[in-house]
This record gives sequence, C-alpha cells and structure tokens, in this order.
Amino acid sequence: MDKFRMVFQFLQSNQESFMNGICGIMALASAQMYSAFDFNCPCLPHYNLAYGLGILLVPPLILFLLGFVLNNNVSMLAEEWRRPQGQRGKDPAVLRYMFCSMAQRAMIAPAVWVSVTLLDGKCITCAFCTSVPVETLGNASHPGLSPGEIKQVLARIPCKEIYDGQELIANEVAVRYLRCVSQALGWCFVLLMTTLAFLVRSLRPCFTQAAFLKSRYWSHYIDIERKLFDETCTEHARSFAKVCIQQFFEGMSTDLEAARCHPPRKAPADAGEAAKKLLGITDQGTMNTALKSWHRCKPPLQLHPPALPSGNGGNGWAGEGQPPTQPPAPRKEVAAYYSWV
Amino acid sequence: MERFRMIFQYFHSNSESVMNGICGLLALASVKMYACFDFSCPCLPRYNMAYGLGIMFVPPVALFLCGLILNRQSLVMLEEWRRPQGHRKKDPAVIRYLCSSIMQRAMVAPVVWIIVTLLDGKCLICAFSSSVDPEKFVGFANASPVQVQQLLAKVPCKDDELLRNNTSRKAVSRYLRCWSQALGWSILLILIAAAFLARWLRPCFNQATLLQARHWSNYIDIEQKIFEETCCEHSRLFAHKCILHFFESMRQEIKLHSFILPREGEGAEGEEDLLRGITDQDQVNKLLKMWYYEKPPL
Repeated sequence: MDKFRMVFQFLQSNQESFMNGICGIMALASAQMYSAFDFNCPCLPHYNLAYGLGILLVPPLILFLLGFVLNNNVSMLAEEWRRPQGQRGKDPAVLRYMFCSMAQRAMIAPAVWVSVTLLDGKCITCAFCTSVPVETLGNASHPGLSPGEIKQVLARIPCKEIYDGQELIANEVAVRYLRCVSQALGWCFVLLMTTLAFLVRSLRPCFTQAAFLKSRYWSHYIDIERKLFDETCTEHARSFAKVCIQQFFEGMSTDLEAARCHPPRKAPADAGEAAKKLLGITDQGTMNTALKSWHRCKPPLQLHPPALPSGNGGNGWAGEGQPPTQPPAPRKEVAAYYSWV
Repeated sequence: MERFRMIFQYFHSNSESVMNGICGLLALASVKMYACFDFSCPCLPRYNMAYGLGIMFVPPVALFLCGLILNRQSLVMLEEWRRPQGHRKKDPAVIRYLCSSIMQRAMVAPVVWIIVTLLDGKCLICAFSSSVDPEKFVGFANASPVQVQQLLAKVPCKDDELLRNNTSRKAVSRYLRCWSQALGWSILLILIAAAFLARWLRPCFNQATLLQARHWSNYIDIEQKIFEETCCEHSRLFAHKCILHFFESMRQEIKLHSFILPREGEGAEGEEDLLRGITDQDQVNKLLKMWYYEKPPL
C-alpha cells in the first residue's frame, strides 16, 4: 500500500512535469519540422501571398489542435463539462482552470513555429516581395514596364535563378530589406509572447490566489477520482469474472456427471489444492465439452449464491424487486472484493 | 516510504541547484540561438541602426522574461509579497533576498547574449557603420555626403556589388569590430570583477541578516511544496472514500450477486488520520481559503 501511495504521489506531482515534457517535445518537433520542410515559393503575383501566409498560419493551427489531442486531460474536461449535475454541483471555475492550462500548453508549439518562420524570413520574403518600395530601394523610373509587369518582375524576387529585374531593383537589396522586416517582426512577436506569458504568470498571485488554489485542487481531484474509479471497476470486474467462470465449471461438471451417469470421482484425500483446482473436470472429453460449451453458450452475467435458489432470470444487474432475505451466517461467500487499500 | 522521503528531501535541498541548472541551460540556449540566427543587415541608411541595436537589445529582454518565468521562486516570492498578513508577519528582508536572487539568475542569459553579440561584432558593424567618420578612410573621403552615407550603410554587406573587395570597406569593418570586441571584453571583465567583489565582500556586511533571510526563503519554498503534496495526498484519499461510499450505496444490488465482502476496517484508522477529519467540499474550500488568508504563526 505504501509503495502504491509513493508511486501515485510521484506520478501526481509529476503529472504537470509530464505535460510540460510533452509540450517541450512538440516545440522541438515544430522547429525540426520547419527545418525539414522544403519551402518553395511559387514566384507568381497572387500565389506568393497565399503560399507565404498559408505556410505561416496553417501549420500553427494544426499544431495547436494537435496539442489538444495529445493532452490526456481533454476527455476529462469534456466529461466534467457534459455530465448531468446530479448531487454534485458543477464549478465553472474548475472548468475554466482546466481549459486555460490546456490552452496555454497547446499554444507553445504554434508560437515556436511562427517565431522560427519569421526569424528565418523566407515566408515573408515570398508573401510580400511584390510590396517592396521600389521608389526608395531601386529605380522606379525604369522605362517600359506597366504596374502589372512590375509586379510580375517583383514576384520573382525569391527565385534568384529566374529573376530578371536587376535594373529595376537589385535582388540582394530587396531580399535583405524583406528579411530585415521579417526578423524585426519575429523578434517583436517573441517579445510579445514572453511578455504575455510573464504577465499571466505574475499577475495571478496578486489577484486570484485563493480561487486558483481551489480550482487546482478540484481539477486534480477530478482526475484522481476518475482513475481510482476505473481501477475499482477493474477489480470488481475481475472478481465478477472469477466467480462467473468458477460457477460455469461447477455447472459443467455437475451436468456432465449427470449425463454420463458416472459416479463423481472422488479425488484422493491427499491431493488437496490441485484437485480442488481441477473443478471436477478430469478427462479430455469433459474438457473438450467444457471448452465447446464456453464458446457456444456463455453463461449469463449473473452470479447466483450457492445457498440461494437461482431464481433470477435474465442477466446483468437485476434491479427488480427486493432480493430474498439472506439466510444468516452460514451463507458461503464465494468471492472477495479486492481493493488496493 | 523511507526511500521516497529521501528522494524528496534531495529535491527539496537541491532546489537551488535545479534553478542554477535552468539558468545555465538558458545561457547555453542563448548562445545556440545566436549561432543559429541568420544575421542579415539591411544595409540601408536608417534601417541599419534600428536593426543592429534591435538585435542587440530585444532578445535579451525576451531572455530575461523567460528567466523570470522559468524560475519557480518568482511565484513563491510574489505570493509571499501579496499575501494578507494574517497571523504571520511579513519580513521584507526575505522578499528582498528572494527578489535579488531571482534577478541575478535571470540576468545571466541576457548578459551572455549581449557579450556574444559584441564579441562577434556583426551587430555593432551594422548599427554604426553609417556613424563612422569618413575622413579617416581613404575610399570614402572624396565622395559627396549623401553618397558617403549610402556607401557606409553598405559596409556590413560583404557581397554588395558596389563595395566588393573594397579595401576601405574592410578597413571600416575591422575598425568597428575592434571597438565591438573591446567593448565586449571590457563588459565581461567588469561583470566578473563585480561578481567577485560582491561574493568576497558580502560576509563583511550583515551576514546574520543574510543567513536568516536565506533560511526563511528556503522555508517558504519548502512549505509551499509540502502543502501541495499534502493536498495531493488528501485529494487521493478523498476520492477513494468517495468511490467506496458510492459502491456501498449500490450494495443492495451487489448483494444479490453476493460477491462483496463487508469492508474490512483495518486500514481505515490510518486513513482517517490522514484525512484529518476533512471529508466534504465546503470543508476543503474553507481549509484552502484559511491557508491563504491566515497562515498559521511560526
């Protein structure tokens, strides 16, 4: 019991660090994904903006949703939200706490993707190359090009091999300008995110500490209660199954003896434990019949106590009527309720 | 249980080393980030200064805030600062000690970034290439002011067609890098000297107060951790009792299938002690509120 308590405490106190670990792994995976991704600007006037902004914004959305999917607590939140009130009131503060902590962790990988994308510069270069200020950086008075054609030329800036507007504006100048803007945006984004995180973390103790302690306690409680309930049900199911199967074998053994008119073979007195475990089945034919019967005709989910007539029809939980009055003390208990305690 | 207690004690006594480890990791991360960052000076007259100084100062601010966020003690300090007085007096020396230790640790990564930036030199070359006196360099002395500004702005870009292989460009670049590295090494020397003096001279001033502040700040940290562990344990037992009660209330139907033994009571007394008589939601809420508003006297 002590060992179990120790392990449970360790896991519980480390559930937060486990979730933080997953969050860190996703952030690293997002940076790795970006470096593995082969960015390929289309270098066409309207496609550039769509492609560039798409690469900047769509993967973060996917990573955000993935962050929720990988979080174990999402199903817990959904259960708590949708359960009928019953005898236990619902506390919206607890739901808000659970949602906020999940959302904060899920935001990290998308923020890393956006920062890395902006600091690298390729997306912004691709998306906004047609908006470069040609008047200040190049020769706006280049003859013979209509605005549409200028846009076409500028759209090829990210593709150095096919760029033919060197007289209009030098490729390196435009790329440096766009990358400078992109990196400035990137660092501002990073600063903004860290400032927000800092404010969220440091303002909480100043204002809502008591409510926070309450919400945290009850959200942990809901999680533990769910796990313990699952364990209790598993133990219950094990006991149920054990008795069910035991009664099946006993029933088979009795039937077979009756059918074959064999006198019940008495196990030698000194066989003890092993003989009891044989459950009355001691030859191949009987075993085969037992196995066939188990496959073709499983017993109902209804355990009858040996001292009582098995008069309850159907299977499953018999909620109807009062159980017959139990005979006192000599009733044989045929299973034990196992508990971790 | 003993082993668990030992492991926990190890972690508690080493919360300082955990924080030092985080601080070191953040410093390494800052160096790595600088190495991975593709510095790209715009080489345009007004943009250079903004870009260069921005790269030198904005990431350190972000790293400083990261250092504060990742440090557990900052939360402890804020809670201690904002809590209502209740039965326990507040000691401003403890809060000051916590604040200064948090700030010192958070300043390491930004300082590392600034020093690496200065020693590398690219930022300063980018920011101040337009501010160099053109008279000192032969190639720029004879051009018109506007042209000079344009040319000087292009100095950080080695591959620019105008200034490729221009010896004056290399001269300006070397000159600025020399200044940058001198500044970097000087700052490093000053900081290390200051840290050395601070560590050596600290025992001469208020050592007793310092020991007290350190002890009580450790105490607050440990108390916080143990409170959280106790809450976890309590919630586990609370949940267990709740579920058993639930199963008990289904006992009539379960009895029909007769596979439940009456609950043995041998473990119950130990757990009653641990539950400390707190067995419903209102009592737990009251307990948490009382803990915040009126901490017990020391």
